Amino acid sequence: MPSQPKINTKRYWRKNLQTLLILLFFWFLVSFGFGILWVEELNQIRLGGFKLGFWFAQQGSIYAFVVLIFIYVYRMNRLDKEFDVNEE
Amino acid sequence: MEILTWTYLLVGVSFAIYIGIAIWTRAGSTKEFYVAGGGVSPLANGMATAADWMSAASFISMAGLISFAGYDGSVYLMGWTGGYVLLALLLAPYLRKFGKFTVPDFVGDRYYSKTAKIVAVICALFISFTYVAGQMRGVGIVFSRYLEVPIEWGVVIGMCIVFFYAVLGGMKGITYTQVAQYCVLIFAYMVPAIFISMQLTGNPIPQLGLGGELEEGTYLLDKLDGVLADLGFAEYTSGRKSMTDIFMITLALMVGTAGLPHVIVRFFTVPRVKDARLSAGYALAFIAILYTTAPAVAAFGIYNAINSTSEKRMDELPTWIATWQKTDLIQVEDKNGDGKVQYLPDPETNELNIDRDIMVLASPEIAKLPNWVVGLVAAGAMAAALSTAAGLLLVISTSVSRDLVKTYNPGISEKKELRIARIAAAGAVILAGYFGVNPPGFVAQVVAFAFGLAAASFFPVIIMGIFSSRINKEGAIAGMLTGLVFTLGYIIYFKFISPELNTSEHWWFGISPEGIGSLGMILNFLICILVSSLTPPPPQDVQEMIEEIRIPRGAGKPTH
Repeated sequence: MPSQPKINTKRYWRKNLQTLLILLFFWFLVSFGFGILWVEELNQIRLGGFKLGFWFAQQGSIYAFVVLIFIYVYRMNRLDKEFDVNEE
Repeated sequence: MEILTWTYLLVGVSFAIYIGIAIWTRAGSTKEFYVAGGGVSPLANGMATAADWMSAASFISMAGLISFAGYDGSVYLMGWTGGYVLLALLLAPYLRKFGKFTVPDFVGDRYYSKTAKIVAVICALFISFTYVAGQMRGVGIVFSRYLEVPIEWGVVIGMCIVFFYAVLGGMKGITYTQVAQYCVLIFAYMVPAIFISMQLTGNPIPQLGLGGELEEGTYLLDKLDGVLADLGFAEYTSGRKSMTDIFMITLALMVGTAGLPHVIVRFFTVPRVKDARLSAGYALAFIAILYTTAPAVAAFGIYNAINSTSEKRMDELPTWIATWQKTDLIQVEDKNGDGKVQYLPDPETNELNIDRDIMVLASPEIAKLPNWVVGLVAAGAMAAALSTAAGLLLVISTSVSRDLVKTYNPGISEKKELRIARIAAAGAVILAGYFGVNPPGFVAQVVAFAFGLAAASFFPVIIMGIFSSRINKEGAIAGMLTGLVFTLGYIIYFKFISPELNTSEHWWFGISPEGIGSLGMILNFLICILVSSLTPPPPQDVQEMIEEIRIPRGAGKPTH
């Protein structure tokens, strides 16, 4: 029977992978999705002087990337504490 | 004061600061030389990473590339920033926990094989050398244009500066110099951008100015679309490249960014795993300031250039045109003899040729800004080129001293290892300088492909080394070699052997050589998984090591 810490580590890793998948989904959506695959459709919508698809390709995706990393930092710091694998 | 005086003054002061910092923070041990002793704060490391990452190409050429490519230029914007998400989420924390000094270190240990390590060293050296030669060339160009010294002297002066602080200071010296260089380069980039944004749209924030209204009441981007369409060009906000190609190039640049050894090694310099995650966030935030400004500079630049030249009389052109004509970066020729300038898509009748580098370098003059701003842009461009060159030289010297010499001579003393690292750095500076002065025709072209090669060789084996415990050395070596050979072969075929076939109908699946790294990466993944499943799994101690790097606790200082 695996010991307690081992099970804990497994669950921590599964939660970590879940977090990664969710964040990478949004990473893909804002850049490859909004900026490339559906750029024509989104360009029909306007955001002030920008066509929305063009805005995502040249501005929006970059802002989203920064936000995604900080969400990741916040979420992982909490997960580390929850599973007691954090550093001092 | 004259432009030249200001330039000498500002470039001179910035150099003095870099050298001062290098002396103050010089490295005493191999740990300090390789990873700055592992004690850099996440904020400082983020700033240093940003300076390391933003090269002469980002600073000087990127905005101009976007000016002429319009929407298609988005590949650089998304590609060179999106890779940081991959780095932060998939690589940085685990490699920091692994706790050694280099990417080949990780590959060698995780795949328990000297062969894998040597393949990784060769990839790292190849990528770094092609990249560093381009930086030295950038240094030379800035010197020759602004300080009016011959390009060879420019390269030699640049070599001496980099030599001084990279060889003396190692990673520790480089890190703190890069923090200063980031401040110089971002200030130099933003000042003209803010002024031009105010002049054109009345909005001081360039990111908003890009979507702002011109004085006459139309939106800048709509006006630009209209002007370009009237002249017969494609609209600025719509693409010319195929969607597949845009997708593949963006992917190759993103994954390549995450696989570049001089960027990865930066995350070894912070004390803890959580600092590695955070500093990737800071790095991208600092990079994003320049990368969201660049598209604004691009649109302002092309609008100003067309507006002040197209259908204008030859003798009424603005003065900056004459200034930059001397450097051959702008060519005006009245082909049809009507006394006016026509800017047209057809090279036969087009009378105005603008080099892409103009958009940033001449922006202070186009906007009629004071002379000190011109000097500032020169200092900023130097900071961008020097910081990247220094980071790359360190990777080269570490690869030689640690990954090559120490692998075959494990008993070597620390003092001797440090000396070899310094000699290797010196040798690399001289070689890079040589290529900067005598660029073989292929260097400039190859730099753009360093990303594809990094994507196709390193990225898959590092990712799988962390996220799979089944991938073994046979798989990793086969994968790396397949990715590298395939990508290199495709590029060499279309760029050097049969350049006349380099058009979309001959490309595989419509993927250009710039984007082929993505396919190389996918092949690498597939071969790696296939070969691993046919050969025995990694030994027990490697399995334990993988378990170990997945949890943050216990990441001490980097060890030997």
